[in-house]
Amino acid sequence: MSKDNYDVVGYPAQKGKCWLYSDKVKEHFFNPKNIFKSDQELEDYKKNADGIGQVGSPACGDVMEMFIKVNKKDNTIKECRWRTFGCASALASTSILSEMVIGKTLAEAKKITPQDIVKELGGLPARKIHCSVLGDQALRKAIEDYEAKKNEP
Amino acid sequence: MKIIYLDHAATTPLDSRVKKEMDLIMENIYANPSALHQLGLEAKEILNNSRSKIAKILNCHPEEIIFTSGGTESINLAIKGIAQNKKSGHIITSKIEHPAVLETCKFLEKNGFNVTYLDVNQNGLVNPKDLEQAITKNTILISIMYANNEIGTIQPIKEISKIANKHKIPFHTDACQTGFLDLNINADLITLNGSKIYGPKGIGILYKKKDIKLEPLMHGGGQEFHLRSGTENLTNIVGFAKALELAQKENNEKLIKLRDYFIEKVKKEIPRTFLNGHKNKRLPNNANISFLDVEGESILLYLDHKGILVSTGSACSSEKLEVSHVLDAIGIKHDAAHGSIRFSLGKSTTKEDLDHVVKELKGIIQSLRMLSPIHLNKEDLRK
Repeated sequence: MSKDNYDVVGYPAQKGKCWLYSDKVKEHFFNPKNIFKSDQELEDYKKNADGIGQVGSPACGDVMEMFIKVNKKDNTIKECRWRTFGCASALASTSILSEMVIGKTLAEAKKITPQDIVKELGGLPARKIHCSVLGDQALRKAIEDYEAKKNEP
Repeated sequence: MKIIYLDHAATTPLDSRVKKEMDLIMENIYANPSALHQLGLEAKEILNNSRSKIAKILNCHPEEIIFTSGGTESINLAIKGIAQNKKSGHIITSKIEHPAVLETCKFLEKNGFNVTYLDVNQNGLVNPKDLEQAITKNTILISIMYANNEIGTIQPIKEISKIANKHKIPFHTDACQTGFLDLNINADLITLNGSKIYGPKGIGILYKKKDIKLEPLMHGGGQEFHLRSGTENLTNIVGFAKALELAQKENNEKLIKLRDYFIEKVKKEIPRTFLNGHKNKRLPNNANISFLDVEGESILLYLDHKGILVSTGSACSSEKLEVSHVLDAIGIKHDAAHGSIRFSLGKSTTKEDLDHVVKELKGIIQSLRMLSPIHLNKEDLRK
């Protein structure tokens, strides 16, 4: 059979222009910020992080973990790293949160809501917000972890 | 960037030979096949020729072929058609059917019918013994798909039809994924559609054995032997007949080789990956693979970014945010089902394409695993 016989209409196609989410989600999904580049880096960071928090479950499809370092002088967050198991909106929302918190006081950071994150991302499909934006909870846990450690004798 | 389309189970592109025949009809034939004048008769003749072509393939009478708008309509016509004709009774189907079957059955349950949803084993196979045991004196229909659209498992369809025939119960099979396989399977009702066999979308057939009685869904001018009223979609009908003819001549062996090459290569190159479905009793073009610790939509969109188009059984990708009912039925834990990707090959797929896909996939899984805070093991795969 000649190759001609196998021709299908529209093939081979060239890469299209459409994308499921906002441009901001695209940027953070494909170029996530404040991530670990190696297992070693992760292990080292774990030892030195001031607070660590995790939420979610693999069965539900989303798990977020946040690591923070705190500037003890003014109680602000100076560094934030994260890991996430989840879809594009889960990854992007944690990534953007890790940028939003830098320089914020712990009290301010605790007040960040899923709506704040969604707004920063330029919006998300409604059905995605409830399950994929859990970073604020992980962050709050990390802050609480830091505060609990700090109060230990 | 070239697109590598690996979503043929969702729908296939149009074969250019099919398009050529459709173009001829679209450009030249406009009359209503029910009209008695010369142009109407010409249209009728083309309609009849297409029907005969299909009947020859299915080894049946032309009057046993009903043209519909696609797989979903054919399935609805078969199942509701029987149910409404019988007024009440019991239906047997499986847990891994396409939503067109499952939702139709659920609708009938609300209307007083009883439905048994058969379990499948961990490879997705229905046990014919389970089917035989489920049959009651009230059973009016058995509907089991020929092959599964997600995991590709091919059912022991002739064994199933034998049991149905023995008990004199009408047997319907959704054969939308299997236009390329042997269609002489002794079923009473067979659903096929154009969009999975390099034909046009919006066209399907229901094969209906002569003595089976159906109540139509569409009432009107009495076309399609009073079973599907509405002026015939001649362009699509001609396209469908040509597509099915070509599908039956398709080289399945070539695809099976490519499929197995791909599956082995993925498993070898990427650790902690698992094939869902049956090793051999699977569609020639289907590779459904779970990647532990990563989520399917993320994999899909990273692949998409590289021009590689696939689909996923992850909950995040579905409108209802529910994990694939098929992966659930074969006992895959939700944790692992979220990381499942369906690669469905096609006749344009080459070995070079697949090598490229594995290379990209390897990098993507590596970076997503680096981002992931979970670490599942082989034991976490199944319930």
